[in-house]
Amino acid sequence: MSQSHMDDQARLQENTGLPPNRNLKGRFGFGKNKRPRKDLQNGVGYIFLSPFVIGTILLTMFPILYSLYLSFTNYSMGGTPEWIGFGNYVHMFNNDAMFWQSMEVTFFYAGTAVPLRLIFALFVAIILNKVIEMVGVYRTLLYLPSVVGGSVGVAIMWRQLFGNEGAVNGVLSMLGLPTHSWLGDPNTAIWTLVILYGWQFGSSMLIFLAGLRNIPTSFYEASAVDGARPIQQFFKITLPMLTPVILFNVIMQTIQGFMAFTPAYVVTAGDPINSTLLYILYMYRQAFEYFNMGYAAALAWVMLVIIAILTAIIFKSSQYWVHYEDK
Amino acid sequence: MEHKKKVRLKKIIQHTLLIAFTAVMLYPIVWMAGSSFKESSQVFINPHHIIPSEWNFENYIVGWEGFGGITFSTFFMNSIFIATVATVGSVLFSAVVAYGFTRINFKGKRFWFVVMMLTMMLPFEMVMIPQYIMFNWFGWIDTYLPLILPSFFGVPFFIFLIMQFIRTIPKELDQAAMIDGCNSISIFFRIILPLVVPAMMTAAIFSFYWRWDDFMSPLIYLQTPQKYPVSLALNLFADPDSVTNWGALFAMTTLSLLPIIVVFFIFQRYIVEGISTSGLKS
Repeated sequence: MSQSHMDDQARLQENTGLPPNRNLKGRFGFGKNKRPRKDLQNGVGYIFLSPFVIGTILLTMFPILYSLYLSFTNYSMGGTPEWIGFGNYVHMFNNDAMFWQSMEVTFFYAGTAVPLRLIFALFVAIILNKVIEMVGVYRTLLYLPSVVGGSVGVAIMWRQLFGNEGAVNGVLSMLGLPTHSWLGDPNTAIWTLVILYGWQFGSSMLIFLAGLRNIPTSFYEASAVDGARPIQQFFKITLPMLTPVILFNVIMQTIQGFMAFTPAYVVTAGDPINSTLLYILYMYRQAFEYFNMGYAAALAWVMLVIIAILTAIIFKSSQYWVHYEDK
Repeated sequence: MEHKKKVRLKKIIQHTLLIAFTAVMLYPIVWMAGSSFKESSQVFINPHHIIPSEWNFENYIVGWEGFGGITFSTFFMNSIFIATVATVGSVLFSAVVAYGFTRINFKGKRFWFVVMMLTMMLPFEMVMIPQYIMFNWFGWIDTYLPLILPSFFGVPFFIFLIMQFIRTIPKELDQAAMIDGCNSISIFFRIILPLVVPAMMTAAIFSFYWRWDDFMSPLIYLQTPQKYPVSLALNLFADPDSVTNWGALFAMTTLSLLPIIVVFFIFQRYIVEGISTSGLKS
């Protein structure tokens, strides 16, 4: 009885934001607590949380701080770190043409591939939402590319597909169109990677589809009574109702886009003339091919700051375009 | 009557377009599987054909022999080992942590929850270098420990997924068990754990194919080819400067995707639901 009462109490406070029931304080020995008291079980709580707490401290918090320290050193594998202040950052911004090249490539890649994937996903989700028969089959099959998409196998497949004697050129010559060296031309190589990213639209599509299903049909019925046309319904109902889901997708996909590595490593190896040198590939080379660990740590920190800023901007901008139902 | 006809025509057009679109999207995968049955010399003749003029299974036998005296049996066993152990660890410990977050009140819970949401957004690549140096101190380079151990601390995405699921279980169940004399630990094992199996299945499938696909970690940590998982072995096998047997390459590439595709088709219900709920509620 008392247990469930306490729970109700806690729930009530959470829901209403009302001050806690003062009567309970003395009775449970939390008199000094100013905050709403709950049945605190610190010991048990941390037993259950311990894997996560230990893991986070060991594998995230410490490494991130350690890498900040490393970024101010000239550490290379095997040597001892020597403090060089902002040396790495100064070199990066002033003298490292590869750094700027990889930045340019990565921004271009993320700036094209992420919108391509999201627009594609939204478009297909809207169409699938209208179809009644066999929707499960389409959904499953169209999701398949994003299931296998991140693998080395698909990257190799992509290389063969766009190779000089690959299937894409095969189709083109069958249609009597000129073939092209897709991977050999610096202007087209990056596009093969962009298309590879867009091709894996499946998981975003599923999230959009679930979001579409959550929009109450009464909204459409009511607006139809008022004489709204489908186009109007799309821009006045569907899109606004979907914005929270779009926000989530934009953030996750942007981060993922900036982190792309396997396609650049396997499909193009950063070639031709560094036109597909994605940032993480460059960082990988600095760290594990040239063993400039300090410099690579600085590269990682620069990217971390960039994605933090981008995420913050997206979040901040969301108040202007994301529609929350309960507001 | 006229209206009915119109609706049917619309449906037919709709499905024709959808089927055509799906076919284009799946073409690369089907093309590769088809090419794996072509004779090596035929691979580049009419390369876009998906059905080989003559079915040829030799590629699989030749490809399986691998390279450097190590067959793909070794690589597949390695991948299965890594994926299985990492998956069991990540799912079990994610459930433990998720229970702590949803059912127990303790000081600092809010703080750790925020930390978890932040780690969920923090890409692995950003901590890869210091982690590598750290595992190097421990002498763990060229072992599976750096690939497997991190999953035993719980994976934020799975913790979140299982938390969403635990929230749907009525608290009265816990309370009834508590009255019967169960403590938090036995409530977790006897009541919560059996009930969250569906969410754990979803997490397990994701974990399995993330581990199976994982390329970056094996690439930086493993040195001995004997220890390579399929992803890394395949990349070496497919080195564009040395490949001569294209048919065998297609065959092994197809095989490397097969486990993921099979798991996907068997368990797709869990995956579709998992993505839909986790994506919506956050």
